[in-house]
Amino acid sequence: MTTAAPAKTEYEVIIGLETHCQLGTETKIFSDSATEFGADPNTHIDPVCLGLPGTLPVLNQTVLEYAVKAGLALNCAIAPYSKFDRKQYFYPDLPKNYQISQYDLPIAEHGHIEIELVDKKGNATRKKIGVTRLHMEEDAGKLVHAGTDMSGSAYSLVDYNRAGVPLAEIVSEPDLRSGAEAAEYAREIRRIVRYLGICDGNMQEGSLRCDVNISVRPVGQKEFGTKVEIKNMNSFNAIQRAIDYEIERQIDALETGNDTIVQETRLWDEGGQRTISMRSKEGSSDYRYFPEPDLTPIEVSADQREAWAAELPELPAAKRSRYQTDLGLSAYDANVLVDDRTTAEYFEAVVTAGADAKLAANWVQGDIAGYLKNEKKTLNDIALTAENLAELIGLITDGTISGKIAKEILPDLLEQGGSPKTLVEERGLVQISDASELEAIIQKAIDDNPNQLEQFRAGKTKLRGFFVGQVMKATQGKADPKLTNQILGKLLQG
Amino acid sequence: MASIRELHQQLVSKERSAVEIAQEALNHIEKTEPSVKSFLAVTADHAIAQAKQVDDKIAAGEEIGPLAGIPIGIKDNMCTKGVKTTCASKMLENFVPPYESTVTQKLIDAGAVMVGKTNLDEFAMGSSTENSAYHTTNNPWDLACVPGGSSGGSAASVAAQECVVSIGSDTGGSIRQPASFCGVVGMKPTYGLVSRYGLVAFASSLDQIGPFSRSVEDSALLLEAIAGYDPKDSTSLKVDVPSYAKSLRPDFRPKGKLKVGVIKETFGTGADKAVEEAVEKAVELLQELGAEIQVISCPRFQYGLPTYYIIAPSEASANLARYDGVKYGFRAEEGENLLDMYCKTRAAGFGPEVKRRIAVGTYALSAGYYDAYYLKAQKARTLIKKDFEAAFAKVDVLISPTAPTTAFRAGEKADDPIAMYLSDLMTIPVNLAGLPALSIPCGFDEGGMPIGMQIIGNVLREDQVLEVAHVYEQAAEWYKRVPQILA
Repeated sequence: MTTAAPAKTEYEVIIGLETHCQLGTETKIFSDSATEFGADPNTHIDPVCLGLPGTLPVLNQTVLEYAVKAGLALNCAIAPYSKFDRKQYFYPDLPKNYQISQYDLPIAEHGHIEIELVDKKGNATRKKIGVTRLHMEEDAGKLVHAGTDMSGSAYSLVDYNRAGVPLAEIVSEPDLRSGAEAAEYAREIRRIVRYLGICDGNMQEGSLRCDVNISVRPVGQKEFGTKVEIKNMNSFNAIQRAIDYEIERQIDALETGNDTIVQETRLWDEGGQRTISMRSKEGSSDYRYFPEPDLTPIEVSADQREAWAAELPELPAAKRSRYQTDLGLSAYDANVLVDDRTTAEYFEAVVTAGADAKLAANWVQGDIAGYLKNEKKTLNDIALTAENLAELIGLITDGTISGKIAKEILPDLLEQGGSPKTLVEERGLVQISDASELEAIIQKAIDDNPNQLEQFRAGKTKLRGFFVGQVMKATQGKADPKLTNQILGKLLQG
Repeated sequence: MASIRELHQQLVSKERSAVEIAQEALNHIEKTEPSVKSFLAVTADHAIAQAKQVDDKIAAGEEIGPLAGIPIGIKDNMCTKGVKTTCASKMLENFVPPYESTVTQKLIDAGAVMVGKTNLDEFAMGSSTENSAYHTTNNPWDLACVPGGSSGGSAASVAAQECVVSIGSDTGGSIRQPASFCGVVGMKPTYGLVSRYGLVAFASSLDQIGPFSRSVEDSALLLEAIAGYDPKDSTSLKVDVPSYAKSLRPDFRPKGKLKVGVIKETFGTGADKAVEEAVEKAVELLQELGAEIQVISCPRFQYGLPTYYIIAPSEASANLARYDGVKYGFRAEEGENLLDMYCKTRAAGFGPEVKRRIAVGTYALSAGYYDAYYLKAQKARTLIKKDFEAAFAKVDVLISPTAPTTAFRAGEKADDPIAMYLSDLMTIPVNLAGLPALSIPCGFDEGGMPIGMQIIGNVLREDQVLEVAHVYEQAAEWYKRVPQILA
């Protein structure tokens, strides 16, 4: 929040998130069509996902596995007995005009996750956010309008490729208090589903979608304020900005009465950086939920649940905590590394291979990350194994090569792989750490540049760098920088 | 027309070809259809092509199953790939399914010859087949009377011998009541025994497909062919299908082994005197044949009808929501916007009974009414089921009239939905409990109209139901009577 500074102390913000994750199964939740994104319209369809007369749904068992694993990762209780229900509303993107979802007996309930917010000074705050429930449901198709929207179009077309793609809807408790917290919660959900390998978390393609429920109330007031829903954010930043905007709007409305807060759905307008009213929720739709008679109840035995639990990887929060406590990393480093499972696992392999954790962290999130970004590659594309990176770090630590040399040979190692030690030896890059050998080289550099020496001694101390450069030039960068500095200092004084 | 077994013998002995049998059926259909009107579509080319395949098999010396070459009628609410499936609704007037229902696929695989798609009450909602959007079907025993419903076309086609057997669907009595009205055998199997995949849903938790035939043995053979687990239907049961026909015996032995319960609540509650008397006589005959008879009370039987008329419309209101003019079927062209298009399409595409049930179901599921109606109905359903469980702890099968009356005259109840609903009073509780039940002819009233007796079995005890029906049938010999139009 940038404005309304006084209001900050007077109002409390209540935020809850509903997150839809498309589960990355090969086929749809109730039929055999592919779930792949980006195909030609209506090519990934079948009689069942189109809801043709007489067709029946059959639950894809991988969807159940993914949902249970997500529920376990969110620390939920897994329902031993749950069921599907029909949620009824008419819309052309919904082939049956009801969505098969879960209403009063979801597969997972009563969970929580821990989020960690790191401020600019590197201070970390941890907060537990309640997860009300997770349930399975089918996605709808997609409308393509001839104009900007349905009412402004002479016709609209429907693409049912997405109809029946499995979704896990995760509902948070209203525990979030700011845009930053909400965005971090959403990021953590994405990390978790990506760690589990059950959702690619791509917000642009819509495989992860967040709806925000938000209200404000004067501090001390027991009743919640009027709740507004915000949709249409396609990045975490957008979530944060939409919430911050809406907080300001609602507080302003309460204080000035210039605007009103009504129960409604608002859309985040990315271009205008504001929320705009979409539809009122007053007298909102009655979905006429009832148990889906075409599907039998879902039973998850304790054995099955434990078997799936045993397959869960170490999750982001546990990793972050371990990196800080056991490996001594800063909260910032831990957060950066843990953000992506492949990165974290690579980093851990480097440490396991014997590298110092802090140095390993620096290399992974520094030079390697930079290289990957420039080359538009991922850790899976590089030839440098974790063991080799550990070896490279070892060569620096034991003084065999300088950090500078290590940086220079890194691109070759990333592209071709192999042992850094062998490469260093082959190319004769071993650091000159012998004091007498270095002294001779430094003495020569001084002797060759009498003018600069004179100026230095006359007080132009900046020229020290010039001499370091000369030494490095003479040694092709192999001079031990620390030792060079020491000897150079002594010799320059004369 | 001969029985399945006789026709099979003729085919195997090459006395007649499947094409000849099919042609005979088609010729007969041509003669009887103008008066009976069982079919919405006669699929002559289809039938001849299928029959030819059977003949080719026989010529090649391949073995054929009992249903190969047998002319069969299919209720027009089962999807047949490439063949229009209308559900007797304007809404699906031009709907050609791109896939085959599991049951019709099994029949194709068995070599059965589909001669046509039979008439029904629109979306299987009704008890007289008068709710068809296309035409009514007439009862072969008296053309002025209804054939019952909703599978009226399937029942009439068998009674008029337009086909040897037919397939119907039964949600609250839609096989058994028309079987009773048309003097044929009709069976609703245990819920889940026959796959519903491709059966256009009316009420998913109650719908079940079953056979019509003139003899119990033919129903047994047809049931064997269509029953069995189907991975495409989550509610289908993972059970082995026994050989129902092979286990049929000519009598009950040893004496007293079979316990038959007569449901007390189905007598003296407004059924026709002739109906009650005929069923009582049938029970006496069963006793003479060696069955042990008991009177059994199912105290909550009477709540079946109101319970059904909450649950079935509730499910129907959702099942029929897909007919909206967007994807297939009928669309009203003059819609001004989306909502208007929906409203006009559904107003013009559905008939009054379908609309009534959608309205009732929508209401029952609405916020504020759900607990009072739908939830309460589900509780009542559980209690009705418990009554049956208690009964089957004492007896093997239960007996009741199939319907309170014989076939009524066309138009007589068309404007009185409640009177029409009462027609299914005896059959509905069986669907609520998911049990197998069969209707078998047990006499005629003074007007010469057939009377049906309902035999209800325990879960998956189709074998016992068929056994009792077969022994009774062979002793009572009602099957010897045929409608006048065939004489």
